Amino acid sequence: MFFTNLRRITKTGILNYKRNGWLSTATVLVMILMLFVIGNLVFTGALASVILSSFESKVDISVYFLPDAPENSIISIKKELETLPDVRDINYISREAALELFRNRHKGNQLIAAALEEIGENPLQASLNIRAKDPSRYAAISEFLLQKNYREIDKINYFENQQVIERMGAIFKTLRGAGTFLAFFLAFIAVLVTFNTIRLAIYTMREEIGIMRLVGASRWFIRGPFIVSGILYGATSALITLMIFFPLIWLISPRLALLVPEFNIFQYFLDNLIVFAVLMFGGGIVIGVLSSWIAIRRYLQV
Amino acid sequence: MIFFDNVSKIYNHHSVALKNVNLRVNPKEFVFIVGSSGAGKTTLLKLLIREETPTDGKIFLDGIEVTDIGIGEMHKVRRRIGTVFQDYKLLPTKTAYENIAFVMEAAGRADAEIEEDVPEVLELVGLSDKRDNFPHQLSGGEKQRVAIARALVNRPDVILADEATGDLDPINTLEIVKLLQKINELGTTIVLATHNKEIVNSADRRVIVLDKGEIISDKEKGKYLLI
Repeated sequence: MFFTNLRRITKTGILNYKRNGWLSTATVLVMILMLFVIGNLVFTGALASVILSSFESKVDISVYFLPDAPENSIISIKKELETLPDVRDINYISREAALELFRNRHKGNQLIAAALEEIGENPLQASLNIRAKDPSRYAAISEFLLQKNYREIDKINYFENQQVIERMGAIFKTLRGAGTFLAFFLAFIAVLVTFNTIRLAIYTMREEIGIMRLVGASRWFIRGPFIVSGILYGATSALITLMIFFPLIWLISPRLALLVPEFNIFQYFLDNLIVFAVLMFGGGIVIGVLSSWIAIRRYLQV
Repeated sequence: MIFFDNVSKIYNHHSVALKNVNLRVNPKEFVFIVGSSGAGKTTLLKLLIREETPTDGKIFLDGIEVTDIGIGEMHKVRRRIGTVFQDYKLLPTKTAYENIAFVMEAAGRADAEIEEDVPEVLELVGLSDKRDNFPHQLSGGEKQRVAIARALVNRPDVILADEATGDLDPINTLEIVKLLQKINELGTTIVLATHNKEIVNSADRRVIVLDKGEIISDKEKGKYLLI
């Protein structure tokens, strides 16, 4: 009995989906739109977070040491700093390395090469470049350095850049917050539009639903096919959305790489294809089923 | 057995559909319910299948209190009653065959049974050649016959028919009434609400007369009294 009903419900659901061609097409199109918006939000989110973290990684504190500071005490300061929980990584640049970098940067500039020759000794300072896990923690790190009051330290550039760093930190926070909010808001609207479309589709069938009740159909026997149609709407639109995203991202990828070289969106898409497909199919089916379920409830009260 | 225990249905102060109706219909009876339009015939039938609930009173079908069952159980009562609705209530997206098969599927009947019974009732109402037509491709009388076939097919204990012959020509009307009488002889209770004087008078069965929501006459082997 249960399996007979399940088979009949599935069959009717598929048949309704096919017979109400226009209605199904319209619903699927709206759902594609919804999934497309949600999909775009995922990619924009990933892109934004890559851009933001690349910005964040460019913010750092440089600690410059006096020319006579011995290397082993710099290394021990570095080790001590590395024990702080806020510190992500520290890059030690010795005087020699600094000179090398400087030379490389100004390769071909005869004047600078000549000036260095003139000075004779290495005029550059050894430094530690400290990056924090969170831009708002730079203040704490520099505070720590100040309190320790190492005599090898010449200057800490945090205080010079303090305002810029703090402002950047605040902007990153706001951007992430606003982005998340906007994403949820757009997704909410998309879901609402889909829900209304399905509600309208069921509204047009309200009389039939009433008739089915009056001739002795149980609520499940009536609700079932609509749930099946909801699953079909979700699955079809997820499949089509994925088929749209594939060439679209492939086309966008090289153009986007020019703007944001750190982010290969096509690779990101391929790496997360399973998660993305689960999100599309899961989202589509859950919303299709839930909308049908809620929309049909009131017409079953006969 | 159908039992109406002091049932009233009041829509508002100006519109009383039924007033203190007490009615008992025994199993295997054939009952006509007559009365001018607005007398409450349709309301009476609607209350029995719980399409509407009474304002007052209780209704029983074979000992089950119809007025007390929950929404999740209503279909069980409705499956015991075959209803021919005044406006047919066919499913517009299903063919004649599928409309009839639907009530069997909903009742959980086996496929083999459905494949055997549906063509049989279609033949009984003379619509074998229209089995694949959708309701909008059928005439009024044909739709009515599909509705009758649908009411019969589950072999219910009771058949309710609301103006079931209203859209039929005299020959077809006679056929349908004969059909209902035959079904009645096989043991099904029939409640037939109608305007049709001839069929009431020629049938020689119990006649209940409703007027303004009240039963004004209930006679075995009655006649259509109203002009």
